[in-house]
Amino acid sequence: MTHSIQVKDLTLNFGAVSVLKTLNLDVAEGEFIVLLGPSGCGKSTLLNCLAGLLDITDGQIFIKGKNVTWAEPSDRGIGMVFQSYALYPQMTVRGNLSFGLKNAKLPKEEIDKRVARASEILQIEPLLDRKPGALSGGQRQRVAIGRALVRDVDVFLFDEPLSNLDAKLRSELRVEIKRLHSRLKNTMVYVTHDQIEALTLADRIAVMRGGIIQQLDAPQTIYNRPSNLFVAGFIGSPSMNFLHGATVDGGRAFLFGDTRIDLAGYDGGAVLERSKAILGLRPEHLHIQMEPEAGHTIPALVEIDEPMGADSLVWLKAGETQMSVRVPVERRLAPGTHVHLKVDISKASIFDTASEQRV
Amino acid sequence: MVDASVNAMAGPRGSKPQRRFSSRNLMLYGTLIVVSLYYILPLWVMVMTSLKGMPEVRLGNIFGPPLEVTFQPWVKAWSEACTGLNCDGLSRGFWNSVQITVPSVILSIIVASVNGYALINWRFKGSEVFFTILIFGSFIPYQVMLYPMVVMLREMGIYGTLTGLVIVHTIFGMPILTLLFRNYFASIPEELFKAARVDGAGFWGIYFNIMLPMSLPIFVVALILQITGIWNDFLFGVVFISKADNYPMTVQLNNIVNSVQGVKEYNVNMAATMLTGLVPLIIYFISGKLFVRGIAAGAVKG
Ligand SMILES: Nc1ncnc2c1ncn2[C@@H]1O[C@H](COP(=O)(O)OP(=O)(O)OP(=O)(O)O)[C@@H](O)[C@H]1O
Ligand SMILES: [Mg+2]
Repeated sequence: MTHSIQVKDLTLNFGAVSVLKTLNLDVAEGEFIVLLGPSGCGKSTLLNCLAGLLDITDGQIFIKGKNVTWAEPSDRGIGMVFQSYALYPQMTVRGNLSFGLKNAKLPKEEIDKRVARASEILQIEPLLDRKPGALSGGQRQRVAIGRALVRDVDVFLFDEPLSNLDAKLRSELRVEIKRLHSRLKNTMVYVTHDQIEALTLADRIAVMRGGIIQQLDAPQTIYNRPSNLFVAGFIGSPSMNFLHGATVDGGRAFLFGDTRIDLAGYDGGAVLERSKAILGLRPEHLHIQMEPEAGHTIPALVEIDEPMGADSLVWLKAGETQMSVRVPVERRLAPGTHVHLKVDISKASIFDTASEQRV
Repeated sequence: MVDASVNAMAGPRGSKPQRRFSSRNLMLYGTLIVVSLYYILPLWVMVMTSLKGMPEVRLGNIFGPPLEVTFQPWVKAWSEACTGLNCDGLSRGFWNSVQITVPSVILSIIVASVNGYALINWRFKGSEVFFTILIFGSFIPYQVMLYPMVVMLREMGIYGTLTGLVIVHTIFGMPILTLLFRNYFASIPEELFKAARVDGAGFWGIYFNIMLPMSLPIFVVALILQITGIWNDFLFGVVFISKADNYPMTVQLNNIVNSVQGVKEYNVNMAATMLTGLVPLIIYFISGKLFVRGIAAGAVKG
């Protein structure tokens, strides 16, 4: 596969603050990459570096094999969509779409053709002669996407394009972006801190923290086999249950308080014996039953249950540890009930407490 | 609908009842009236005196309206009053002031707006230092800079000319105008600027296509500030103009009013003073409306 974007040892400092730290990222052609991470982790900064809107401190950036580290934003073959739409308020929609093309001194027929095509794809033809002020949020974001579209580029950069929209519009446009990607097949780098967007849109997700990519993998891999404690806790809502304990018997069992959990069938490397380890279990990978099963269940006490429409969330206490389990909504459990949580060890994750890495 | 109206009827209606002659109101309006009189009275005296002939002025009834209205003092102030050797009234000073004000205003606004734009959007190395120095400049008293400035202009060979004065006005207006523009441009979302860069617009492209159209209000503010400031300037006019022929209107007004020869023609002096103040006055009247409209237009976010 050819690379569409290659980032080599990218470092960016704002004065004394290091925001991106020797970051490496390869994006394949046509790939949809989502940058996900908590606020301030450097997602927008990375995107701005790719776009050429920030001067990087060190490293190199290649787009379509060309070294664009010091190229102007308009010469990099990228289109960008911003969170605040960033439409030129004094120009009509048509003016907004064609501004970049006029700057590139394209002939008028070509401009008209591209504007027509983009507005057809995004269904904004009736809006072409309006000013951005007379558009709704969803329409504005369509126009902003259109402005990237007319540039006829291979790489699209999105910086939280949907986070200013209400929930309904957001899911509509999310689907639309996905449709756009499958139609145009260009490379997309998409910043968000919405997990649903990340999981639904991405071919691969890059989870970032403190200017470092923690894990870059397919959504399912990120979800099922998070490479470290941070990724495990960041992805998934409610977040993964973490049981602090130790691995014993040469790594064949996990000891949580007095409870022993059999690790046969664990999907990962050699567990080994560790005096301190963390067992991570997702709320949907636990099963509530009334009878204990030696080596496979954890005793717990029901605290609250929260019906959430499609399913319901049960909050329990296992010893001192707060846990949550997702159950079918019909299953009602009275607070104070003693239950046993069946562990599906093939979907669990074990982390070394000291290094926080998955084993 | 019905419910609402019934409820509205039941509740208290109309504005809050007020006692018209409460002691608070008496104080308030009393003060306002006294203050207005304080400002109106001199204007009244000026207008009335300027419409009287000299014999009537000598009667000394300064508050009374003219018994016989004459526009002769205005004509004289504009085209006949003498300063030194010239006897063509204020009209000469007026045209000088126009020749000083127009280029100074245009030049200073262009330079300052580009300055502000570059400082906020194209942060180059040392731009913060540059800005700090510029702002610091506005705290240095003019008097300190007058003499060095004179020497500088002399060395450049333009001391005493209108060109020299235009340059002086442009330089002295720079700190405050740059600050004004910088702060306004800072309020324009940065993403707009980034989008334009991705769209391939350069330094001037962004300035003319994106920034200018969004900044009408601040240009109007700068225009008012500069026109009135430069038109009303007296100090620089005296210091940097050496030939009486080139004096701006304010300096000429001073010379007419303070001329020691002959009798004091109060009516002509009053007319001349008002003529000089007319330009800023007109600017306020015209731009007041434009100003409000500009602010309102700027408030509509895209
Ligand atoms: N111009 C700047 N000068 C100094 N520090 C900056 C500048 N821009 C960003 N930063 C810092 O860089 C870090 C990363 O910022 P960035 O905007 O990339 O975060 P982000 O991941 O996009 O966050 P969010 O999700 O809130 O948008 C932050 O800690 C921020 O304070
Ligand atoms: Mg951001």
